[in-house]
Amino acid sequence: MATTTFAPPDHDGAAPAHLTPTDRVALLRHMLLMRTIEERAMTLYRQGRVPGSFYDGFGQEAVSVGAAFAMAAQDRLCILHRDLGAHLVRGVQPARILAQYMGRAGGVTGGRDGNVHFGDHRLGCVGMVSMLPDMMLVATGMAMAFRLRREARCAITWLGEGSTSRGDFHEALNWAGVQRLPVIFVVENNQYAYSTPTAAQYAVAPAQRAAAYGFPGVTVDGNDVEAVFEATRVARERAVAGEGPTLIEAMTMRMHGHAAHDDMSYVPPELLEHWRARDPIDRQEARLRTLEVDLDALRDEVAATVRAGAEEALRSPEPDPATATDRVFADEEVHLGDGCAPWSGWSR
Amino acid sequence: MRPLERVVAMSTMTYLQAVSDALRTEMRADDRVFVMGEDVGAFGGAFKVTDGFLDEFGADRVMDTPLAEAGIIGTAVGAATVGMRPVCEMQFADFVACGFDQLVNVAGKMMYRQGLSVNVTVRLPSGGGFSGGPFHSQNPEAWFMHAPGIKVVAPSTPEDAKGLLVGAIRDPNPVVYLEHKNLYRRMKGEVPEGEHVAPFCARVAREGEDLVVIAYGAMVHTALEATEDLEDASVMVLDLRSLVPMDEEAILAAVRRCSKVVVLDEANATCAAGAQVAALIAERAFEDLDGPVVRVATPDVPIPFAPALEGAVLPDVKRVREACRDLLAY
Ligand SMILES: Cc1ncc(C[n+]2csc(CCOP(=O)(O)OP(=O)(O)O)c2C)c(N)n1
Ligand SMILES: [Mg+2]
Repeated sequence: MATTTFAPPDHDGAAPAHLTPTDRVALLRHMLLMRTIEERAMTLYRQGRVPGSFYDGFGQEAVSVGAAFAMAAQDRLCILHRDLGAHLVRGVQPARILAQYMGRAGGVTGGRDGNVHFGDHRLGCVGMVSMLPDMMLVATGMAMAFRLRREARCAITWLGEGSTSRGDFHEALNWAGVQRLPVIFVVENNQYAYSTPTAAQYAVAPAQRAAAYGFPGVTVDGNDVEAVFEATRVARERAVAGEGPTLIEAMTMRMHGHAAHDDMSYVPPELLEHWRARDPIDRQEARLRTLEVDLDALRDEVAATVRAGAEEALRSPEPDPATATDRVFADEEVHLGDGCAPWSGWSR
Repeated sequence: MRPLERVVAMSTMTYLQAVSDALRTEMRADDRVFVMGEDVGAFGGAFKVTDGFLDEFGADRVMDTPLAEAGIIGTAVGAATVGMRPVCEMQFADFVACGFDQLVNVAGKMMYRQGLSVNVTVRLPSGGGFSGGPFHSQNPEAWFMHAPGIKVVAPSTPEDAKGLLVGAIRDPNPVVYLEHKNLYRRMKGEVPEGEHVAPFCARVAREGEDLVVIAYGAMVHTALEATEDLEDASVMVLDLRSLVPMDEEAILAAVRRCSKVVVLDEANATCAAGAQVAALIAERAFEDLDGPVVRVATPDVPIPFAPALEGAVLPDVKRVREACRDLLAY
């Protein structure tokens, strides 16, 4: 099975078949929202209001937004640490995200976990654990349940190229291939795993390895949100038609350090320059200019939304220390919900 | 109408048959329940627990998996988050080490972190006594007792083998279920047919008032045999059945009654379940003691292969009897 490079249908300038003008603006808005929230969170971190560390996905917004946008309400997501956009697409509000970073009671985990280690289960999302890429197996198991119950649904998870070195990567791809499961693996190849470049991570690119497990691996321009959407849409169509998994390798760049403490002196400046010229937000804005979208108004609305969210988050109290030992065990089963996902209207 | 008195029909089963009966009963009653593991389908499992299941339930619900324990537990977690009730079989308890991370970091912490339940049951054929050697004889219960969010149960009788497994499948949390390999065919007993759930609490295996031996799993039988006829002493045997949650009140009541305690583990001694029992007694029943808490356990060595070596490390009737005799004379 050959590895293919995914060329979205609008490469020559034609409008994409599956995205309305409203969808295309929504993609941009989610990316802007992600960047603005993360910039605000970085400020809060520098002000000492975010305990622990802070990780962001600056420059990689297209990967989580584009892929999450292709999923339906009944699909399920395991979202990773550069993928704030997927939570936004799913409907998590900025105030809850900023409160999450600050460890406040109003955060998605109510202070029980930090950073992007969250998922709103009511919106069909499972929050990641630190161990990479454990969530690949969880997503594979969701897909296994869908297949057992003959449901036309799909699971998706993201992972970094660094975590393709661990055993769970192999176990998940093998399992998904053997059982032909409706699952999508999006490898975010941002060139680095902490300070480790890809040359020290693997000898064979992740997309090429999919063939060894019996399903397609495709590469896509990870800084083109519509291309990521289209690759994921096709993968989802395959999945729900019973044709099995797809591995999508989205080529992108980690434009910030691994976390807030990291000055990434190990990254050659030319590499950053190369990718800065391919910023996913700039590119989507350039596209939408031809549609006569009022970008200034959009930016203002996003800025105001995040400002209001930050104010609300800062008003959220610290969690009550008396609750620190509560809810280790469940009293009854709680499962993932569909949420309300208007953005997935196209895939209904 | 007057309620009918429910007559519970009993059948005689081995411990192994009781494990199978629990699975079969739950799978017949609940579509969400399915079993997954290595060679559980056509072969019926390494110990034949799922013998005949493939014919009755089909390959989807009696799922032969790749040789991948992280995969088995990790995919089970995913299936549970979307409403299934998977029962994972580790071919031997020892192999759960390869799926440890998924159980401890993903399943165990999910409720606390995110309010999402993970109803996964992991069956661990555990324990030694038959030259299984270092990788087919372990009792890994303490690994999971130390990990928040995971329940741990260990039946000693056929009746509880069924009741605790049904309880584990219905419990909304991850449950590690230790089935002792040495009891599979050795233990036979009366088991309720159909619906039967055992609560996750201790059980008095034998009443007594001079000394209590606190044990679980196969060691309950070692304790019973060792103290059957012990110089006219009246020895209680408390079968913990559940290690998480641990039935602290039953333990404290037994200490109040008997004042002398032997804590018995087949597992390696350090930080074993029995160490937790001993700590509990030291903290909360010091005044009730009439002698030191005595522990009998496997020393901190891998379980050796040769019968002569294995016999030298695993607790047996003789060691337990001597420990009881010494403590009674204290
Ligand atoms: C199993 C495991 N080992 C080590 C770490 C510590 N760690 C956190 S992120 C990271 C780098 C991950 O790189 P990659 O998978 O490429 O994702 P990226 O951060 O680049 O998005 C490391 C080593 C971890 N989270 N999990
Ligand atoms: Mg990376």
